[in-house]
Amino acid sequence: MYSVSVKDLSLSFGSVDVLKGLNIDIGEGEFLVLLGSSGCGKSTLLNCIAGLLDISDGQVFIKGKNVTWAEPSARGIGMVFQSYALYPQMSVEGNLSFGLKNAGLPRDEINRRVSRAAEILQIEPLLKRKPGALSGGQRQRVAIGRALVRDVDVFLFDEPLSNLDAKLRADLRVELKKLHRQLKNTMIYVTHDQIEAMTLADRIAIMRDGTIQQLADPDEIYNRPVNLYVADFIGSPAMNFMTGILGKKGVQVGDITIPVKGYKNTLEMNDGEIVVGVRPEHIATGKSLADAVFRAEVEVDLVEPMGADTLAWCKLAGFDMRFRVDGQMVLKEGDKIEIGLDPARMHFFDAKTEERL
Amino acid sequence: MNIGRNVVVDTVMTEARGPKPQKAVTGPKIIIYTTLTLLAIYYLAPLYVMVVTSLKTMPEIRLGNVFSLPRDVTFAPWFKAWATACTGLNCDGLSRGFWNSVQILVPSVVISIVVASVNGYALSFWRFKGANVLFTILLFGAFIPYQVMLYPIVIILREIGLYGDVWGLVIVHSIFGMPILTLLFRNYFSSLPEELVKAARVDGAGFWRILIRILLPMSTPIVVVAIILQVTGIWNDFLFGVVYTRPDSYPMTVQLNNIVNSTFGEKEYNVNMAATILTGLVPLLVYFVSGKLFVRGIAAGAVKG
Repeated sequence: MYSVSVKDLSLSFGSVDVLKGLNIDIGEGEFLVLLGSSGCGKSTLLNCIAGLLDISDGQVFIKGKNVTWAEPSARGIGMVFQSYALYPQMSVEGNLSFGLKNAGLPRDEINRRVSRAAEILQIEPLLKRKPGALSGGQRQRVAIGRALVRDVDVFLFDEPLSNLDAKLRADLRVELKKLHRQLKNTMIYVTHDQIEAMTLADRIAIMRDGTIQQLADPDEIYNRPVNLYVADFIGSPAMNFMTGILGKKGVQVGDITIPVKGYKNTLEMNDGEIVVGVRPEHIATGKSLADAVFRAEVEVDLVEPMGADTLAWCKLAGFDMRFRVDGQMVLKEGDKIEIGLDPARMHFFDAKTEERL
Repeated sequence: MNIGRNVVVDTVMTEARGPKPQKAVTGPKIIIYTTLTLLAIYYLAPLYVMVVTSLKTMPEIRLGNVFSLPRDVTFAPWFKAWATACTGLNCDGLSRGFWNSVQILVPSVVISIVVASVNGYALSFWRFKGANVLFTILLFGAFIPYQVMLYPIVIILREIGLYGDVWGLVIVHSIFGMPILTLLFRNYFSSLPEELVKAARVDGAGFWRILIRILLPMSTPIVVVAIILQVTGIWNDFLFGVVYTRPDSYPMTVQLNNIVNSTFGEKEYNVNMAATILTGLVPLLVYFVSGKLFVRGIAAGAVKG
């Protein structure tokens, strides 16, 4: 039995189709991340699962029960919002217990659950305070606590860390991961931050224009993106792309030929163009050049030092390429450097269909 | 061509450091303060005349020095205006009208605000079919001149047996306050984050519980604005009062008009002035007490908290 199951889910606002026949099955205790740029429908999908939006077609199952027409509170979900959405006039304790009071739980049960949630999230000293007197990170903990006290199987997170500053975001990310390991609930997490997605997810669903492009574990998504969109979206800095034509020795890009021997799939000869993709971190320099099948000398156009490593821009066969080098390496604009490519760590896409070959 | 560079160089002062020095008195400042002072005097002059006249005796008023301070301060006109001044029908002053007005005001303000807050809440958070059409119709109501509705409402009130009754006037005031108050509440609620309502729905709160437990506690500023609008509007109303009530339930404004217009012998300016100030006291007080809150409420919709 799946924890959450979405079948042929569609949603239209007037003539705009926001979600187009989505199907996802989410396993018990799985951490699923819905990832996509803004406007791709990821938050909308989450709201549909929560029952906060009326869907146009399809079904939603939670724990095997058809909850398509059920009220949000009856679905067995807890939800955490980007803006925290704490009730400003209530104390933290009031915020945590509001849902339980609405459900008519006995007083001692409410107290038990609130103190348990407060203990897990370490917000016990804050219980009497109003949300206005809390910091961003504390507010988000309370918001998570509000989902926690409901004792539900499924947690929904709608970009919960997006309003926090970078350092706090990194801290809370780790805590969320620990929390998931501790509670073992099913979690569905919406974000546009690929780092959050890669670090937290058991599986990632990459969404675009109301459809799911790829649903797979982070390793698969990173190493074998199914199409150009996913390849471009995942990875920071983004993947380099060159367009060429497949010949006998390899892909002819401009005046160079990039070998394809070593690539896991065999490329079929066809008339169409091929897009060659290679991640900046997979372009070899220095010692690792020894393993590279293809080598070329390039001139560095621009250098972006980032501390741990440095991003260098160059031109290869007329295409802009960026590659990563060690942060300690001294590299200036105009320097000549030898780079190497390894087909095993490259990606090939059909230029027309944009699908992986 | 280095025109731009010259301009920049000219404005950079080598000794500049710290806060930019303020010029003490400048031409524009003098003009602004003079204008403001003159305008303040212009608007306050009538009030001044009313206050001093109401404290003078009739012989002193007859001397005709409108702006002079009273020589012998007397509060007799105030007592007369409140308790014994005569209209054509009775001689118990403004007190009767005051209590009538209170009886009209309190239920009208409460009813209109309660209904309008529910309206605004439903229109901003529960997008039902035809919500926009309904809202347009409601707003349209705000632009229909009162004169057009005067007579039809007389008939409606007569048919439901409330013509001449204080409660008839309460209903009329509640209805006429509805468009603007609904707009006010709708805009305020629209400025609140929608996620708040979503969170409350996940927490199992229904339509009413979300309004009462979550939204209304956050709505103090806009409720204050609504109270001020309604209190001043209803208290100052003359037209509806004179049309829809009988003499014994006339509101204070109508009573004031009758006192000022009924003369027995000489015109008692001091009593009239005192009566007018007494009638205007309630809205005046509301402004003084809640002026700050009013501004805060009006601005609340503009800035997201």
